[in-house]
Amino acid sequence: MDAALLGLMTVVIGVGGCLGYFYFSNLFLDKVLFPATGPNAGRNINRANQIRPWLFVFPAMFALALYLGYPVFETLRLSLTDRDQGGAFVGFANYNQMFAEAKFWEAMRNNMLWLIVVPAASTAFGLLVAQLTDRIGWGNIAKSVIFMPMAISFVGASVIFKLIYDARPEGTAQIGVLNAVWMQFEGGFGSVLFLKVMPVLMLLAFAAVVAYVGYIILRMTGGVWVTLLKAFGGLFAIWMVFLSLKSVLGVATAELPYGEPQNWLTLPFYNNFFLMVVLIWIQTGFAMVILSAALRGIPEETVEAAIVDGANPFQIFFKIKVPQIMPTIVVVWTTITLTVLKVFDIVFAMTNGQWQTQVLANYMYDKLFRANDWGVGSAAAIIIMLLVSPILIWNVYNARKEMR
Amino acid sequence: MDNIAGSKSSLTWAVHISVLALVLLWLFPTVGLFVSSFRTGDQIATSGWWAALGEAEQNIVLRAADPDDNRVADGDQFVVTGNLLEAEGASGTITVWGTSSRAIDAYTAGETAELKGTETITVDAAGNYEWRGSEDEISGRGQRVFATITAPPEFTFENYDNMLFDPSNSEGMAKAFFNTLTVTIPATIIPIVIAAFAAYALAWMDFPGRALLIAMVVGLLVVPLQLALIPLLKLHLGIGIGKGYLGVWLAHTGFGLPLAIYLLRNYMVGLPRDIIENAKVDGATDFQIFTKIILPLSFPALASFAIFQFLWTWNDLLVAKVFLIDSTGQTTVMTNQITELLGTRGGNWEILATAAFVSIAVPLIVFFAMQRYLVRGLLAGSVK
Repeated sequence: MDAALLGLMTVVIGVGGCLGYFYFSNLFLDKVLFPATGPNAGRNINRANQIRPWLFVFPAMFALALYLGYPVFETLRLSLTDRDQGGAFVGFANYNQMFAEAKFWEAMRNNMLWLIVVPAASTAFGLLVAQLTDRIGWGNIAKSVIFMPMAISFVGASVIFKLIYDARPEGTAQIGVLNAVWMQFEGGFGSVLFLKVMPVLMLLAFAAVVAYVGYIILRMTGGVWVTLLKAFGGLFAIWMVFLSLKSVLGVATAELPYGEPQNWLTLPFYNNFFLMVVLIWIQTGFAMVILSAALRGIPEETVEAAIVDGANPFQIFFKIKVPQIMPTIVVVWTTITLTVLKVFDIVFAMTNGQWQTQVLANYMYDKLFRANDWGVGSAAAIIIMLLVSPILIWNVYNARKEMR
Repeated sequence: MDNIAGSKSSLTWAVHISVLALVLLWLFPTVGLFVSSFRTGDQIATSGWWAALGEAEQNIVLRAADPDDNRVADGDQFVVTGNLLEAEGASGTITVWGTSSRAIDAYTAGETAELKGTETITVDAAGNYEWRGSEDEISGRGQRVFATITAPPEFTFENYDNMLFDPSNSEGMAKAFFNTLTVTIPATIIPIVIAAFAAYALAWMDFPGRALLIAMVVGLLVVPLQLALIPLLKLHLGIGIGKGYLGVWLAHTGFGLPLAIYLLRNYMVGLPRDIIENAKVDGATDFQIFTKIILPLSFPALASFAIFQFLWTWNDLLVAKVFLIDSTGQTTVMTNQITELLGTRGGNWEILATAAFVSIAVPLIVFFAMQRYLVRGLLAGSVK
């Protein structure tokens, strides 16, 4: 209990201290340093007003500089030194050591997979729910429920989904939902329909969507940047289409182990997706809230005009609404991308990076606090920072543009 | 097609059904954990949680009473009677039963099983049995009966009792709960105070470098806190704070500030200029304007950020692991306690489910009570 008392005292002292600092520093400025009386009253008031803003921003800027600014440079420095050699400068040795590790490349590959799947799926589900709940009476209740996982911790969600993925030995009752469903399939007609035909159709649909997006990108015209985007986007789309067609072949010819309970979290490669489901489950609510507000903001006339012109609901959605909320979709996408890059708790709690599920943030934690290798750990943190920095630059650029 | 704006679309039914399906899909995982936390370990291990909502079916092994003590003569035969379920302390009704483990569903309730020789046993749905046979047959140990019983849904508060109110349980959550609370409250309130002043200056005071500071805040908004772990831990150890509450409060304050300043500044910029200028004309100082006008008017934004920061600090694992939890483990928080339980008690779902639900419950209450502010904060933080 004394910790709670300490906490309460900290609140009182912290808040009181802050208020006291602001109050007395203002008082000092106005009454002692530059009093608004005497022969220099006018000049003193001006001087006080020049200094006052810095009094207001100082504590926050000091804390920001110390807790976020300084660590960026310190981590960069640490990544170039070796702790065992007493902090001697070792150049890129830590990076070389890290690039030589298979676990690092596994983490990179998985992170890329996370970066593609989670933002795409969360945004797509969020958009779907936002559109579907837009016009129905109990839409707000539905939204509340889908938004709810946002309040649940990653660790709590991991426990929830571990129960779903639980596997019991063959012959006993399955207590994990996924295995209970899986045991219903025995290789008959229903199994072929659900486990072969449907995934193949979904993959084909995905390939079609990617091809369509690629086609839209290739049709864009513009300067050097657009040409670059066209080249990159086109290649990426072709690669994704190739991958999905390859998976179609894989799914169609795969021999599925019917009737055997599966340890979902230890299936190499696929277990990554079972972990991603947790984050998608959480982030869909976020995407939905923001996209829902954006959908509400669409001018009614544009939709009405489309209806008068005879557009069907799908055309209205894809050709009228989605283009208008594109900027918001990009914001949602990048925000979820940031969350994905930092994902740690889910992997830590569910697999701890075993069975080829390592991701960068957990790799870094491993290096820092288990292997006690601060050099390589800092190098991994710098890699995360590098992946984040395009978004950082883009955000700052936008904020500056808005301020003008 | 009556597909005109304002009238019902022909897709309405499809929309209702798909929304319902999505809602159920999203609710399903949490409900599973919630239901599991009210079941005993045995129940969880033998049937899925969805079975707990209906009548539970369970296979159990029962044994008739010891014949040498309980048999009574009936003509030239001996009879043992009694109730199988009461003897085992089980409850429910027997649907099918058998006398061999190879055919546990050989007889339905009320039937009579013909055993070797003249030996017979009759078992009814309530578990009453009559076991009769010759003197040799009704001896030794009691007859085994394999029964399938159905029991009404049964829930218990035992898990919560055990995890929250049992002081002798070293895995209990009570201590971790208070530790989490101790971390959360100062880590939520202090950044608000600091950020509010800075946000006011950035929104309403003119000074050189203001635009640069705002850009810096926007940039720091996305800096991954992973970068800060080692340098700050070194700093804390260097200046003597070490691992502990003070360190974790400071860390959460630092990490929460960019969002706090950003949200509050965006909100304060939108406040009407007239009010502030009138107050200035009336001779109010900046400090008075801030405390008397800006703070009360900014309540929605303050509430938004408070919820964010509360959820984030309550649910955090990484910052607590690095800055708070030392080797004694006295200051463990709930998220950390759960990850440890996942390692040591991976199969004991009654413990895991209860522990997880204890930690989820408070954020869920806050979420449902203050959802409006949360949504507003999200919108202000992203769509700008």
